[in-house]
Amino acid sequence: MSAVLERPPVIAPGHTPATVTDKIAATVLDKTPRWWILGFAVSFLILLMFLNAVAWLFVKGVGIWGINIPVGWGFDIINFVWWIGIGHAGTLISAILLLLRQQWRTSINRFAEAMTLFAVACAGMFPILHLGRPQIFYWLLPYPNTMGMWVNFRSPLVWDVFAVSTYATISAVFWFMGLIPDLATLRDRSTHPVGRYVYGVLAMGWRGSARHWHNYETASLLLAGLCTPLVLSVHTVVSWDFSVGIIPGWHATIFPPYFVAGAIYAGFAMVILLAVPLRKAFGLEDFITMRHMNNMAKILLVTGLIVVYGYVMEIFMAWYSGNPYEWYMVFNRVTGPYKYHWMALIFCNAIAPQVLWIPKVRSSIAALFCVSLIVSVGMWLERFIIIVTSLHRDFLPSSWDMYHGTKWDWMTFLGTLGLFLTLFFLFIRFLPAISIFEMRTITKTDGGTSPGKP
Amino acid sequence: MKTAIPAPLSSHGQPLHGLMAEYATPKELVAGIRSVRAAGYTKLDAYTPFPIEEVIEALGEHGSRVPAIVLGGGLFGLVAGYGLQYWTSVVDYPLNIGGRPFHSWVSFIPPTFETTVLFAGLAAVVGMLAVNGLPRPYHPVFNVERFRFASRDRYFLVVESADPRFDPKGTREALASTSPSGVHEVEE
Repeated sequence: MSAVLERPPVIAPGHTPATVTDKIAATVLDKTPRWWILGFAVSFLILLMFLNAVAWLFVKGVGIWGINIPVGWGFDIINFVWWIGIGHAGTLISAILLLLRQQWRTSINRFAEAMTLFAVACAGMFPILHLGRPQIFYWLLPYPNTMGMWVNFRSPLVWDVFAVSTYATISAVFWFMGLIPDLATLRDRSTHPVGRYVYGVLAMGWRGSARHWHNYETASLLLAGLCTPLVLSVHTVVSWDFSVGIIPGWHATIFPPYFVAGAIYAGFAMVILLAVPLRKAFGLEDFITMRHMNNMAKILLVTGLIVVYGYVMEIFMAWYSGNPYEWYMVFNRVTGPYKYHWMALIFCNAIAPQVLWIPKVRSSIAALFCVSLIVSVGMWLERFIIIVTSLHRDFLPSSWDMYHGTKWDWMTFLGTLGLFLTLFFLFIRFLPAISIFEMRTITKTDGGTSPGKP
Repeated sequence: MKTAIPAPLSSHGQPLHGLMAEYATPKELVAGIRSVRAAGYTKLDAYTPFPIEEVIEALGEHGSRVPAIVLGGGLFGLVAGYGLQYWTSVVDYPLNIGGRPFHSWVSFIPPTFETTVLFAGLAAVVGMLAVNGLPRPYHPVFNVERFRFASRDRYFLVVESADPRFDPKGTREALASTSPSGVHEVEE
């Protein structure tokens, strides 16, 4: 390390492989804390609300939602894009920051990857429920069938099926592979026979052989290399769902980079929202330090500025194109019936996060939590604005209409928060939320041999 | 076929898989591996709580078969993904959509990219497990009581009884001379 400026350490000083192992394993192996039971119960109740909304949807059909012509894509697609975007931060942390040798990612990559998986699970609900006949969702996939038909590979919606399903699969295997050595640790440390059996089966006989580590590290690096373009491709393809269409406000080449930046923006906000209570509840302040919070705040600031650039470019291109429909769309977005949504969006995504320029704000947990919450709301509003204001007034004034989510829309959306939190609570109870073996690599071992990992 | 030399027995009269030295630090483990290798032992393995490059180097590991497997998986995904689109859109179900050519190769790139990454990624995980011989629920090293610390903060070196130079006494002395914190018998 030839840094000119001394940086604060990645984790609190004084930790050894033994202490990080004991401390993180204890979050799983100790008795269930009371806050966990309470948090899980609340999350599960919200999940039940989701199931209720979905059950009623199955009975009545998508007519219970607010969607209609001209706004045929409402909450379902807003929430899909919002959730899938949130997932992107996890992959960014686990793959891109690994390739960039950002050691600080070690403390947060495991739960950020879990966040990715659960966010993709929530995202996946919406397009499938939106199908109207969710039981035949597999028609989206190319498979030989008695109708003799195949999917249309020229459509971004089919690309999206490939992108999201690949993303979900690769995120899951990457996450599971990262867990194998830690599952072995839990197998070795669990005192409960069921725990030893279950963790033992999942660890697949991992024994920490140096030769195994060698292949394991190689596979991890390759997966990180594969995930990096994959994560960029996913939101790019999602943005193509819009930009390949000719609707004013959608048909823009800025969409892919603008969506990817927005995804990382929303995702890091969610990582902060999860990290703040997690480190507090498990007493993991030694591992998820202020340096992590500060770095994440900086990423939030940078991606936020890219998103603002996207907003500015959208408006500029609408004017510069000389297309009256494009220009009207901007005019309508800013002054039309959804102008308060737009103003709230600008406040949440463009104005409020600028406080992160101030170092004092970046080192205040409460301030970071609030900014992240605002950004999460802002990113949801951004998708609302993009989808609804573009659709509700298209080329023909005779087809203009307003769109509002119904209570079923809201129950489904808020319900997926319950699904997400339920999965997350189960995750932090049964699996280590911080990668134990990677934390061992960044402790200074007393023997002086430098740990093998970048 | 292995040569029919009877396996050495442990002090409990069980067949011996090898002898295991336990170290408190990676540095001592690396020194131990070097000295045992210098003594001519070849059937060695080290067990560490996290990947340590020096240990892998000291064992003389070079290269890994995983990258070739990943390349194979990626190429399969590439050909299969593009082939599926070509065959369905041009051969089996040619359908005029917006006047676009049946072979709309530009549109076929995103799904091809995804299938390439999908199969390469699955090959990375499955390949890593296959090359490592996992899943393998049973392994003799687990019989050593202290071995559970291999997933915490202890570093182990095993000389297998399959090594041509292995001899329960001599090998134990060779290991003991590397200043381990203990030498354990690994029963089959």
